[in-house]
Amino acid sequence: MNSFSYTRAQAVETAAREVSTNHTAKFIAGGTNLLDLMKENVERPTRLVDLTRLPLNQIEDTDKGLRLGALATNANTAYDERVEERYPLLSKAILAGASAQLRNMATDGGNLFQRTRCYYFYDLATPCNKREPGSGCSAITGYNRVCGILGTSESCIATHPSDMCVALAALKATVNVTGATGERTVEFADFHRLPGNEPERDNNLKPDEIVTSIDLPADGERFAKNFTYLKLRDRASYAFALVSVAAALDMDGDTIKEARVALGGVAHKPWRKAEAEDLLKGQAATKVNFERVAASLLEGAKGYGSNTFKIELAKRAIVRALTMAANGQH
Amino acid sequence: MAATTYIGRSTSRVDGRAKVTGEAKYAAEFNTPGLTYGYVISSDIAKGKITKIDASDALSLPGVLQVFTHENAPRPAYFDRKFKDDDSPVGDKFKPLYSAEIQFSMQPIGLVVADSFEVARYAASLVKVEYKAETPETNLRQKPKGHKAPTGKTGFTPPKSRGNAAKAYKNAEVQFEAEYFHMPEHHNPMEMFASTVIVEEDGKLKIYDKTQGVANSQKYITKIFGLSKEEARVINPFMGGGFGSGLRPQYQLYLAVMAARELNRSVRVVLTRQQMFSFGHRPATLQTVSLGATKDGMLQAIKHEALGETSRFEEYTEVVVNWAGMLYHCDNVELGYYLRNLDTYTPLDMRAPGSVTGIAAFETAIDELSYKVGIDPLELRLKNYAEKNEFEGKPFSSKELRACYAQGAAKFGWAKRPAQPRSMREGTKLIGWGVATGMWDAQQQKSAAKANLSVDGKLVVGSSTSDIGTGTYTAMTMIAAETLGLPLDAVTFKLGDTTLPVAPLEGGSWTVASVGSAVKEACEAVAKKVFSMAKDVKDSPLSGASFDEVEFVDGKVQLKGDYSSGVSIVEAMRAGEVNFIEEETTTMPNMLKQMQYARNTHSAVFVEVEVDEDLGQICVRRVVSAIAGGRVISPKTARSQILGGVVWGISMALEEESVLDHHFGRFMNHNLAEYHVAVNADIHNIDVIFVEEHDDIVNPLGAKGLGEIGIVGVAAAIGNAIYHATGKRVRELPITLDKLL
Amino acid sequence: MSTKVTQEPVGDVAVALPPLEQITLTINGVTKRLQVAPWTSLLDLLREYLDLTGTKKGCDHGQCGACTVLVDGTRINSCLTLAVMKDGSEITTVEGLSKGDELHPVQEAFIEHDAFQCGYCTPGQICSAVGLINEGKAKTADDIRELMSGNICRCGAYVGIVAAVEEALHKCQPNQ
Repeated sequence: MNSFSYTRAQAVETAAREVSTNHTAKFIAGGTNLLDLMKENVERPTRLVDLTRLPLNQIEDTDKGLRLGALATNANTAYDERVEERYPLLSKAILAGASAQLRNMATDGGNLFQRTRCYYFYDLATPCNKREPGSGCSAITGYNRVCGILGTSESCIATHPSDMCVALAALKATVNVTGATGERTVEFADFHRLPGNEPERDNNLKPDEIVTSIDLPADGERFAKNFTYLKLRDRASYAFALVSVAAALDMDGDTIKEARVALGGVAHKPWRKAEAEDLLKGQAATKVNFERVAASLLEGAKGYGSNTFKIELAKRAIVRALTMAANGQH
Repeated sequence: MAATTYIGRSTSRVDGRAKVTGEAKYAAEFNTPGLTYGYVISSDIAKGKITKIDASDALSLPGVLQVFTHENAPRPAYFDRKFKDDDSPVGDKFKPLYSAEIQFSMQPIGLVVADSFEVARYAASLVKVEYKAETPETNLRQKPKGHKAPTGKTGFTPPKSRGNAAKAYKNAEVQFEAEYFHMPEHHNPMEMFASTVIVEEDGKLKIYDKTQGVANSQKYITKIFGLSKEEARVINPFMGGGFGSGLRPQYQLYLAVMAARELNRSVRVVLTRQQMFSFGHRPATLQTVSLGATKDGMLQAIKHEALGETSRFEEYTEVVVNWAGMLYHCDNVELGYYLRNLDTYTPLDMRAPGSVTGIAAFETAIDELSYKVGIDPLELRLKNYAEKNEFEGKPFSSKELRACYAQGAAKFGWAKRPAQPRSMREGTKLIGWGVATGMWDAQQQKSAAKANLSVDGKLVVGSSTSDIGTGTYTAMTMIAAETLGLPLDAVTFKLGDTTLPVAPLEGGSWTVASVGSAVKEACEAVAKKVFSMAKDVKDSPLSGASFDEVEFVDGKVQLKGDYSSGVSIVEAMRAGEVNFIEEETTTMPNMLKQMQYARNTHSAVFVEVEVDEDLGQICVRRVVSAIAGGRVISPKTARSQILGGVVWGISMALEEESVLDHHFGRFMNHNLAEYHVAVNADIHNIDVIFVEEHDDIVNPLGAKGLGEIGIVGVAAAIGNAIYHATGKRVRELPITLDKLL
Repeated sequence: MSTKVTQEPVGDVAVALPPLEQITLTINGVTKRLQVAPWTSLLDLLREYLDLTGTKKGCDHGQCGACTVLVDGTRINSCLTLAVMKDGSEITTVEGLSKGDELHPVQEAFIEHDAFQCGYCTPGQICSAVGLINEGKAKTADDIRELMSGNICRCGAYVGIVAAVEEALHKCQPNQ
């Protein structure tokens, strides 16, 4: 871990301004990912701006739906009665991730900033385009069990590790951010990005932008009955997803009015595809229909050796998750 | 029963309170004023040479005392033998910071010493290193070129063939052959390797070292640095898990002592979790098993070959294939064991080394044969039951494996097992049942112990052994208390200190047998003295008795079974006018007697798994482990040993693999997020049965040791259950979900 | 074949280390004013500066749970916590759970059920169990298994751990 100075942010705006003028400064909140990476020397900020004392930890109703303060912890969010009742998919996804201790520390805003996952990104002994642009991707020809099969590029095949974000993608959340130059709202689908030829960037925010809150849209409540979060991993708990599926259905009797499906563990961002979801509009909840969705979502999927199994696994997981959601099994 | 009868009675850990309150201190937790911190720099490459190393930036940092590299570090000893330890295989020894040559990835290439941990860690990241890198070879499965039989100098070679396995196999009515593979694994005890070296005012070193044998660490350090035993005391009262990783001194010990001597400062060096992947591991092994049998399942031929890995500089060997010739009756057996040198560090004994991997393959093959001949896998095993060790032609000192099969099967409900795979289902879950046999050695080593009984009735017993979580403190306290008829809380057992009488390394499941026998003998020597004093007490009821006619119970010595009379220990010692009685003994195994027998522990493991038909997720729902391990001294800690072994077996079967990127020759999942070990949610019902097994041969206590037998057989039983559930045979460990898609 | 590989220095050299920060922590009921460097984790503060070595370092990356302590009653990984960020908090470590000689019910239950072997993960397991009881979400043995999965026990004492936490849960919440 390198040497850094520390300051406690007094207000969002001043914190944003401070980071906008110092490109080696970073925000810290829960710290669960940043400090991990700093101990590996992957992240090397010279100054940390501590956001945790800002008044951003409320979960409150707004006219748009439910607003999660960026500093609300993952645990408080998952166990919030309103979230449990109206957005149970989100509760379930959060509780599928990390450990109880980490969920007590990690914040909702910080969860969005988790760096992508790859063995080589974490190991300074090996080349990695994300750490050192242009050095090469070791994972493509190396060990890539945890890596992506969708939306990968020649420069990076890392995966986004979050469970929470998969549910937020399915629920079409929006993210409110404040930067040195003002406020804006970002659609969840536009928050994270694919690696392309700039794998060092995980998301579309500027370094000085702070997430202040996440809005769960009121119409997301339609999915409170027929949903599931299915996470497949190498042990029963406390492990990242090999493949995860957030499936949510708005049903009218046996007919699907609207479907949402997002995948985790397979791409540089939570993977959603509107055309795939539209295949279920007005359709019956049948295996054949679900298989079509799976085929559409996995279109263009590419395996790299030790992760090729994820293509078939993801297909099966999608069908299973949609079947469970349709049956009201969570 | 006397209140001071403990052996075989459930007793809570005597060190339990220290462990639940945080009072128990481990090697990195002995603090001292002026302590400095060493941080190890690890090599990025697996093979090649350091061409340049520049520590100037690190040295300029306030608080940095020194950066040791091969360019400036001392070379206190030249000969390899100085670096030998009690568990080192034959070959050249790795000597930290001796040369520019890199022999394995994450090799220690530097040590930063600073006045705080954080400064040392930061400074380590400022050291610039240039290498001339060569292509490492780390893939055991690459088409074998130049693999060889071990030299057998100090290592292991399998016994000679018996009968003619090739011919018998060819002529057998039923033939079965398959190849099995398992990935390397790392021990990953929860406590990371650490040494705190305290330089005392007189210059002597007090070394707190994470080790399974303080005597081993002391011998290593004193030989290398030319110190006397008085100059280097090694202490390790508690050890946060070993599983074999502490059988050899690890490099942080050498580095901490070297730095302490060079700087004349107390130094602590703790490895990082990532660096815990930079020394020994359970080697990958590629195995072939061939079985020939009659149609009704009688084994006619067994061939078992294994190819293991070792480093370029040492020849690590383990007993992988012998078990195939001992588990079952068979006249024709052929075994082969080969090694391949790779650019990794030397493998290292890991819980039930050799046995757990060899038996995993062999017991899977036996299961496969059972389907081929259409006989229940348990029945097949009983049909071919070995009544003696057929390699040596010796009887077993005891072998209650039949009772393990019977009691385990009854508890599990094996009789209800449908023969066909894929015949049990609950929704999308396929259910399967599997069984396997386990076997390990029952050994006793030379060991010493000292007992000191004071006139106030307090007994202090000591031996330099370890408690790596196995329950040594508890079992030894129980043995000592019972031998002298004292309450448990009047007895203190000391261990993990080179000022105590020498015990062997804690490993091989031999500690209770070895140290326990020594403790018993030392306490008996004290008892004899007490007895002679008790006889001399005025009007002693024992005056005409011999030692064989008395017993020590409830704080007194009495005629056997006669609770009405007797002389209290305190009374006897007062009469003898002594303040204390101290006896030290060295106990040797009775080799003449023991050598006439094969001495082993056995187990039968029954497993129920559930496998998601589409998604391949596996859950081990139930395990029954029936153990024949001789006399159980401390039932509560013994049960924990077996439970832990079963958890290891589950972890090994389904999760554990250290994955090398062969391009870099580096273990890539070198942390606890990506190297998966079982977590709480992986573990469900586990039943442990200890079958009655009487054994006068193995040692005076009749205990066979339980540290390793618990893991053996579990992985095969799980794989066999998965086959029974799914009809799919996986011959590579771990069985991750992708292998079932 | 040989290639040149460089292990680059990864930090800029700081001419001076960052200034110490003054914080106040109440640790096991004792309020302390402390000078800490920003890079000192709560775990290292406890172990290396305050001689409270009951809290263990098992991975230093939030991957094992050995470092679990309670901050204002909530269980967290102290290895991924900068001490400076917890200014003003109440910290409870394993050393602070017993009342004099009287052990906390979780500690008692761990001994009774032999819920450990080597003891190294034990303080983290115990603090985690106390946190779990405070959270009030675990009702069944399976809940306990899941919610204690952030604490790895390499000795494999999980059967005992679940039994111990189950017993302590009932003792600590007599009305349930």
